Amino acid sequence: MCALVVVLAALLAPRLAPYDPAASDEDAVLAPPFTPGHPLGTDELGRDVLSRVIWGARASMQAGVLATGLAFVVSVPVGLVAGYYGGWWDLVTMRLVDTLLAFPYLIIAVGLAAILGPSLANASLAIGIVQIPKIVRVARAETLSLREESYVEAAVAAGAPDRTILLRHLLPNMTNSLIVQVTVILPIAILAESSLSFLGLGVQPPTPSWGVMLTAAQPFMAQMPWLAVFPGLAIVLATLSFNLLGDGLRDALDPRA
Amino acid sequence: MSFLLRRIMTAMLALLLASLVVFAGARSLPGDPAIALSGEGHDPTVNAVIRAKYGLDRPVPVQYARWAALAVRGDLGRSIRTGLPVAEMIVRRLPITLELAILATAITIALGVPTGVLAATCRGRPVDYIMNGIGLFGLSVPPFWIGLVLILVFASTLKWLPASGYVPLLVDPVENLRRMMLPAFVLGSGFAAWVMRQTRSAMLEALRSDYVRTARAKGLPSTAVVMRHALRNSLITVVTVLGLELGVLISGSVITEQIFLIPGFGKLIVDAVVTRDFPIIQGVALVSAVAYIGVNLLVDAIYARLDPRIRFA
Repeated sequence: MCALVVVLAALLAPRLAPYDPAASDEDAVLAPPFTPGHPLGTDELGRDVLSRVIWGARASMQAGVLATGLAFVVSVPVGLVAGYYGGWWDLVTMRLVDTLLAFPYLIIAVGLAAILGPSLANASLAIGIVQIPKIVRVARAETLSLREESYVEAAVAAGAPDRTILLRHLLPNMTNSLIVQVTVILPIAILAESSLSFLGLGVQPPTPSWGVMLTAAQPFMAQMPWLAVFPGLAIVLATLSFNLLGDGLRDALDPRA
Repeated sequence: MSFLLRRIMTAMLALLLASLVVFAGARSLPGDPAIALSGEGHDPTVNAVIRAKYGLDRPVPVQYARWAALAVRGDLGRSIRTGLPVAEMIVRRLPITLELAILATAITIALGVPTGVLAATCRGRPVDYIMNGIGLFGLSVPPFWIGLVLILVFASTLKWLPASGYVPLLVDPVENLRRMMLPAFVLGSGFAAWVMRQTRSAMLEALRSDYVRTARAKGLPSTAVVMRHALRNSLITVVTVLGLELGVLISGSVITEQIFLIPGFGKLIVDAVVTRDFPIIQGVALVSAVAYIGVNLLVDAIYARLDPRIRFA
């Protein structure tokens, strides 16, 4: 339910937000919450906090979907092939994956920001790259166990080419685990986007993002705590709802859990 | 000890690959270092001299070998901004972050393991649900937001603790701890939720096993079964998780140090990116990869101590 709210907020931000997130209301700078016209108050430039929180969902979901999509597009084929063929290809892939694991995500993000310049797309790229090892491992482990199934044996005996076995037999059968992985990765990506934007390595102001809003709120924390409370709550709501969704899906889809 | 030997070999391989990645990353940065050093003039002869001096005219593999040889001896180059040796800057900052990381890990273990055990032993009862709820919440809260809220409550409103800043441990241990308390909690608490969930599921699995049934059947008291049999076997999972999450700890320290203005390793990274000080970024990336690979080697060694099956496999 909550996850749906976040997705809808991201998709319908231009229609839902009562104000333009960049528009200043000079009569109501730093208005407290419950001010008429500004239910969550305004920030130091008189921008409506509610509108910016709604628009922030868009940055978060963009980063989440981009990073998760990138990670899956790269990892699933790699994991499939490594698990199915084994041998030196498997060995090389897994060592590379282990190496990737040795770099903390912030270091990769920092490196990319230094090379390509800080932006939402580059932050998503970094977040996605960091998730690759996890998904490769899951896809490979699934392939290893599915490879031994009798229907794969039957397909091999029937003379099906490797491509057919990989795409028609193995991939569909690991969909459940992969869907569970999506709900694991998505909240991590949302959290990472807000962290990177908070550090100035992600979304650049004045574009509204929950992390950017928190950075801007830092100097006003003591006097105007609402500036930090609402974007923070939005992050918690978004990640918590996707985590709950993931837990539910795992119970429903994964008989081992 | 062939297990450890093999493990050390793979660690060396990972180290080699990691250093290649760092080297390649530094080389793909925009801008010619020779032009950057020669300044505005762009005199071709000066550039050639600089290239020769720093070995930039040699083939790339030779350049890598030179760089790696220097790095092994602890020479990571000099900061563009301050001119100080990068290695020295990192060494000066590292103990601060290390203290933060140790305190945070202590908090993680103190919060995460007992709650995980409690949740597993009370499976399906309200305690389990409450622990799970708190754990899920902990996983969903951005650490820097917790940091801001804690500063607001304990520093700005209650004025119990200072909001930010750092005092060296050797100068004033009490003040140092007072200032490290909030950052360590921020860094450790989010991770504690993760450890709690891992401990819980590992404990659940252990409690279902045959040896626990045997221990119960021979009449061991419940605490002995849980602590001596189930927990000991679950600790393997917990130790692995702790090792794997060192990367998260390094990333987390970057954010925590930024909020609480602690002059550690993480602050060094952010400052280096802001000033585009590439030798520092390169050095920091290499050092954190080495730390990660080293700690995971250590984790596997502990692993082998905890479970003889791994040692002799």
